[in-house]
Amino acid sequence: MRQASCLLTDLPAPDSIIAWLPAGPVTRNQFLADVRQLAGQLPEGQHVLNICHNRYHFLVGLAAAIVCGKVSLLPSSLTPNTVTRLRHDAPDLFCLHDTSLDDIDLPGIPFPPARAPVEGILAVPEIPADQVVAHVFTSGSTGTALVHRKTWGSLVINALSESERLGARGCTLVGTVPPQHMYGFESTVLICLHGGAACWSGRPFYPADISAALDAVPAPRALVTTPFHLRTLLEAGLRLPPVDFLLSATAPLSEELAARAEAACGAPLLEIYGCTETGQLASRRSTQTRAWQLLGEVTLCATETGHAAQGGHVEGTVPIGDVIELVDERHFLLHGRNADQVNIAGKRTSLAYLNQQLLDVPGVTDGVFFMPDAEPDDHATRLCACVVAPGHTRQSLLAALRSRIDTAFLPRPLVFVERLPRNAASKLPRADLLALLPGTTAGTGTADTPASTRERHWRVPAAHSAFPGHFPGRPILPGVVLIDQAIQLTDGLLPAGCVIRGLGNAKFFEPVGPGTQLVFNYAPASAKALAFEVRTDDRVVASGSLTLGQQT
Amino acid sequence: MSTTPSENTPGATPAFVAEIAGIIVSALNLEMSPSEIDPDGSLFGEGLGLDSIDILEVALVISKQYGIQLRADDEDNTHIFRSLRSLADYVAASRAA
Repeated sequence: MRQASCLLTDLPAPDSIIAWLPAGPVTRNQFLADVRQLAGQLPEGQHVLNICHNRYHFLVGLAAAIVCGKVSLLPSSLTPNTVTRLRHDAPDLFCLHDTSLDDIDLPGIPFPPARAPVEGILAVPEIPADQVVAHVFTSGSTGTALVHRKTWGSLVINALSESERLGARGCTLVGTVPPQHMYGFESTVLICLHGGAACWSGRPFYPADISAALDAVPAPRALVTTPFHLRTLLEAGLRLPPVDFLLSATAPLSEELAARAEAACGAPLLEIYGCTETGQLASRRSTQTRAWQLLGEVTLCATETGHAAQGGHVEGTVPIGDVIELVDERHFLLHGRNADQVNIAGKRTSLAYLNQQLLDVPGVTDGVFFMPDAEPDDHATRLCACVVAPGHTRQSLLAALRSRIDTAFLPRPLVFVERLPRNAASKLPRADLLALLPGTTAGTGTADTPASTRERHWRVPAAHSAFPGHFPGRPILPGVVLIDQAIQLTDGLLPAGCVIRGLGNAKFFEPVGPGTQLVFNYAPASAKALAFEVRTDDRVVASGSLTLGQQT
Repeated sequence: MSTTPSENTPGATPAFVAEIAGIIVSALNLEMSPSEIDPDGSLFGEGLGLDSIDILEVALVISKQYGIQLRADDEDNTHIFRSLRSLADYVAASRAA
């Protein structure tokens, strides 16, 4: 790794453009003057919480912190508990903001209202490659937040590999994602410092705002967004200005939405895959291939529990929280998340973390978060929770949770019960939890059919015809065979007059080999769906939902 | 193409407020009746507990139903949604515009 990297590359001239504001373009020289002005105003503390809404303000704040040797903290949410924890770990923390502090309990520094005067041509500062410039956070599976330290050198390589893959040099990027989120940080902020792109200062929200923002910047231009925003944008049926590419990340896009997006915009849709721990790892053009191509010099290796990333901008060897199948050295397929991970409209956490937060609320004696049947792709499915909390009302418990976890993860519904349906092994069968939800045929409270009558067994024949060639030397049962079996075993489980119309969704968590004894657990069926879970002794290997309809 | 209502447009009628309440409840599958939403209470946080994901879903249904496109006010994306009444007023004024 290089000893030092410039604050900027790919903006060769003082009048190269780094950002667009409603008032017009910002040149490299103006940017450096703004950075110098803000750097002179920052307090002594070594840690910055940069919550600027305006993307250009965030960019200036980040650069000013880097030039001063300060670390920018990028937590995944700003709940009061998170802020308290950040302040505990970094007592010198202050908050850089451009609207208000809201209720963030930290010393505040307002972003300077006026552009800095520019005199002469400013030199581009050099930054040591091993300087830690950002802390990003994930919710660890043990229930406590984990810090990941990002060095300047690795972020520079990260941004350059992404820009090269996307062909983003010279493009103006309109982002619907916040600059503080890892995806927005890389794809709308770092890529302007290293990668030759320019960002639009706003963060358009409603479909009409996105269309207007694209109109406000010159071509070539691109939209940086998520499956959820993309779906609402396309469904709004607006005329969209031509773009040169669309970028989506945070959750896999359905093939159908990818095709619609390309047709509506007349441009390629590229997806980025990555996670907070590693940053971006791979990309694909979703209408042409399901295989992800690794970025730059990043590689994946098999580990005892799954796969890990290393090389390129990845520091060390970092385990990946998703189920991966390597196609060749540079390509892989993604088979869903590990069972504990949740991702709601791009916000990630683990069920273990959420459960710990729930149990830490005074007055909660038992409780569990879980995912209901997932909605179709590109929609945001919410979590459910069942709790035993005799002293709480719905409102008091939600208020307590709101101070601990991001609103995206608040349970809907939140079901109060006298006790959780723990089995003899103290485990909570998913089917029994689903039965507690309102609207299932079981009604609320107790299931009218015990879980055991919704259980089916199947041993995978060692000589199953699907094994040869899948894969040589390591036989793995194809997911489609598991789904087919899940359909075959539904005798007696469908409501009267209902037939299976299709597969709502399916996730595969663990490979299944020859001779494995499998248990298929089905939830009580609603009129529209029948959820199932496939387990070995103690591990969930797959889950999914069959779509039901009335027999015609 | 701005549809920001002017300050002096008349507010939404009670019937229209109820209609918008019905849209919120059905678009988000809320477990409550539309009349339980306080027209002047917050739709966020301690109020109804909506977040930006919900707002985009409701905005989409409204844009289809009434043929209007919502626009954010400066950088405050959620201003229109601060209460049921403010949302109903915005939609009523945008339709009249």
